[in-house]
Amino acid sequence: MTQVSMTVNGKAASGDVEGRTLLSAFLRENLGLTGTHIGCDTSQCGACVVHVDGNAVKACTMLAVEADGASVDTIEGQANADGSLNVIQQAFQDHHGLQCGFCTPGMVMSAAALLKDNPKPTEAEVRHYLEGNLCRCTGYHNIVKAIMAASGQDVGAIAAE
Amino acid sequence: MPKDHGIGAAPKRREDLRFLTGTGNYTDDINLNGQAHVFFLRADVAHAKINGLNSDAAAAMPGVVRIFTGADFEGVGGLPCGWQIHSKDGSPMNEPPHPVIAQGKIRYVGEIVAAVVADTLEQARDAAEAIELDLEELPAVVDMKAALADGSALVHDEVPNNRCYDWGFVEDNAAATDEAIKNAAHVTTLELVNNRLVANPMEPRVAIGDYTRHNDESTLYTTSQNPHVIRLLMGAFVLGIPEHKLRVIAPDVGGGFGTKIFHYAEEAFVTFASKQINRAIKWTSSRSEAFISDAQGRDHVTTIELALDADNNFTAVRTHTLANMGAYLSTFSTSVPTYLHGTLMAGNYTTPNIHVNVQAVFTNTVPVDAYRGAGRPEATFQLERVIDKAARELGVDPIALRRQNFISEFPYATPVALEYDTGDYPATMDKLEEIADIAGFAARRAASEANGKLRGLGVNCYIEACGIAPSNVAGALGARAGLYESATVRVNATGGVVVMTGAHSHGQGHETSFPQVIAEMIGIDEGQVEIVHGDTGRGAMGMGTYGSRSIAVGGAAMVRATEKIINKAKKIAAHLLEASDADIELKDGTFTVAGTDKSVAWGDVCLTAYVPHNYPLEDLEPGLEETAFYDPANFTFPSGAYACEVEVDPDTGAVSVERFSAADDFGNIINPMIVDGQVHGGIGQGIGQALRETTVFDENGQLLSASYMDYAMPRADDVPFYAVDHSCQTPCTHNPLGVKGCGEAGAIGSPPAVVNAVIDALNSGGHKVEHINMPVSPSRVWSAMQG
Ligand code: FES
Ligand code: FES
Repeated sequence: MTQVSMTVNGKAASGDVEGRTLLSAFLRENLGLTGTHIGCDTSQCGACVVHVDGNAVKACTMLAVEADGASVDTIEGQANADGSLNVIQQAFQDHHGLQCGFCTPGMVMSAAALLKDNPKPTEAEVRHYLEGNLCRCTGYHNIVKAIMAASGQDVGAIAAE
Repeated sequence: MPKDHGIGAAPKRREDLRFLTGTGNYTDDINLNGQAHVFFLRADVAHAKINGLNSDAAAAMPGVVRIFTGADFEGVGGLPCGWQIHSKDGSPMNEPPHPVIAQGKIRYVGEIVAAVVADTLEQARDAAEAIELDLEELPAVVDMKAALADGSALVHDEVPNNRCYDWGFVEDNAAATDEAIKNAAHVTTLELVNNRLVANPMEPRVAIGDYTRHNDESTLYTTSQNPHVIRLLMGAFVLGIPEHKLRVIAPDVGGGFGTKIFHYAEEAFVTFASKQINRAIKWTSSRSEAFISDAQGRDHVTTIELALDADNNFTAVRTHTLANMGAYLSTFSTSVPTYLHGTLMAGNYTTPNIHVNVQAVFTNTVPVDAYRGAGRPEATFQLERVIDKAARELGVDPIALRRQNFISEFPYATPVALEYDTGDYPATMDKLEEIADIAGFAARRAASEANGKLRGLGVNCYIEACGIAPSNVAGALGARAGLYESATVRVNATGGVVVMTGAHSHGQGHETSFPQVIAEMIGIDEGQVEIVHGDTGRGAMGMGTYGSRSIAVGGAAMVRATEKIINKAKKIAAHLLEASDADIELKDGTFTVAGTDKSVAWGDVCLTAYVPHNYPLEDLEPGLEETAFYDPANFTFPSGAYACEVEVDPDTGAVSVERFSAADDFGNIINPMIVDGQVHGGIGQGIGQALRETTVFDENGQLLSASYMDYAMPRADDVPFYAVDHSCQTPCTHNPLGVKGCGEAGAIGSPPAVVNAVIDALNSGGHKVEHINMPVSPSRVWSAMQG
């Protein structure tokens, strides 16, 4: 067992882990932050995306010990200080960008990383960026729309209302 | 102007607040005090005799609590099949036992051979590696045609030719159908495969068994679309636990698409074993396990013949299908290729003679059962493909050929036992032509060709049958379950409403849409209504959510219970207002006496029901809570017309979906935003089936497409924005909401549109391709183009 310490959603967090413990398991099991989901075992679904030192990372591809000393942000830390939804979360609700909600934490965290680098992505850029995030419920329509809306673009003209 | 309240409005989903903030409560988020973990040792060969199993060394490893094998389950019931089919000779289907843990023989890769329970999952997994198995491998039965041949190896020794049943429907139509085909002016024949799919809800399955000795009660937490059904199946048929000692809780469920309907061995195992070791046991499926243990979908091989007269009227449809059951009969597996498929073969058309033959076949593969649409996509795909092929052979416009054969008078009794109550197929086709801009296709094709691409347009119709019913008819056809839904509406003393529904959302947003109905009926704010579901300890009975039945059946039950509430509340109001209850009207949350200005508010009536001081106690019980069970008189019949446009790169065979349009008739709509989302999701899955997804076993029964590396899930850049319209509305005539259901339409209607579009593209620019099986992958397209 090794002791790891990191800052999670702005607060100090630590715990004892095995060398093989994944960051996703550490967040879920040691810290009880179950918003980070596990949808696969081949690092392809993106349900587990978190930010490590500001970069989007699949938490199932990183060992907890590798995150020692890092600053980690998860879905639980995304809402505004008063508890209201942040701009991306609100856009997902406004545009029905989620159904069962299982892919949603990863989608929101990926969207945040995308918009940080590319504040006004085109539809094609959003779709391309989401290559590592699977959703089985929405057919992606409203996810793409929500992300474009969160970037301040007018999505009213998109087909299919 | 869209409504902002009640039926037809689109309030934002209240469940989103927890899902968007990481505070949902999915089954894997639950951890119980002192829980142990189970790791299932699963077969890695498809077919073998188990001559020996030695777990002594494994049992001695650190942390191991106990190892269970088939022997521990000898006296325990098998997993039941919920629908008995009879073959055309009248004999009942072959129904071999489906053990929780393999009994002496392995029948598919993924079958549970032993279960290791340990303090941690890692310990359980490590110990499983130390179990020694002595296996005698047998030839694997994989291909359906080979399985049926004399001399094939047998999946179950007692099932000759691996045939589960040989079903004919409707047998009385057989001779007339043969005759009509013989006398036809033209017959189009098509052989096709409906590819096997893995449902892949993003949340893998989880089961936690929790036994408490002091009261002898078992609780199962599970990822289920229908916890009450699991309680009944597992309690009554597998473990012998009466309902009052068994509670099944399905909290937030992360998608299902059918595969979380069924009762699975892992659920029975954790419930049974938790009692044995007197400790909670948790199992969380990995995705790799899901690929070999979640029941899969589709997998039909079909030959369909469509006969037409000299005026291009359809005169007969005859089909022969082989349906793969996998190694064992999953819960509703037998009904999918039969009553959910054969009954749909009339589609939207007036074909007078229809006969359907289905042979269900056992193979050494993962069990197959319902996946979004379940039987109806298989019916729609073959019918809409053969119609397209006929149009091409006859040189007529495929839309005109469909229009010419549309059913136009309702109710309409099909030759395959259904009675469609309402529909307007020309209207949905008109709407489709408009939103898909079919008139503009020629110009778009020219533009694609100028870019060196082929462009195709595919159109099709679909009919769906939702909310299987009524129970007595289903029972006569072999269903072993009721198909009603229940709802209990509890009004609290201060006027708030709690609804216990047997339906259970796994993404459909019931917590938002169901209150819209109650709010509309009573005239109160939606915020005053709360939905309780997913827990057998909190609602009496329920059949769950599948088959697009939640609002059509579950919603109707809720309406019936609310009507009882309103009737009683009117009596209380009449007493308070000193009027006759026949004169009481309820509007906007206020009871008034007709023609007067006397009124009393909803909240005051509710309070009176619980503080019955001024109350007709001699005539009326206090309190305000009612339950209704609603058993529908018929199926509902959503319908629609879909169009897809694809571009094909002739150099690589790559297909891209450029446009997709859907015009649906769902009857009345409760929440149009949620309905749009349901259609989008179905289309995404349908495009996935048509272009990308398939499930491949090698000749030894090894699953080759066993992870997201090999199983091509549709991704965001595989699909376009969809144009979706549901303004054509012919309300259902026999349920109180006039609703039809919308959950599966997208998945039913989209695969033929995509394939028809690809074939259309491959008949332009001098190419001539008749058919390509799904998934229409670049290599298949390219090969077909080479001739
Ligand atoms: S769980 Fe991390 S990518 Fe699937
Ligand atoms: S909302 Fe269910 S997987 Fe995306």
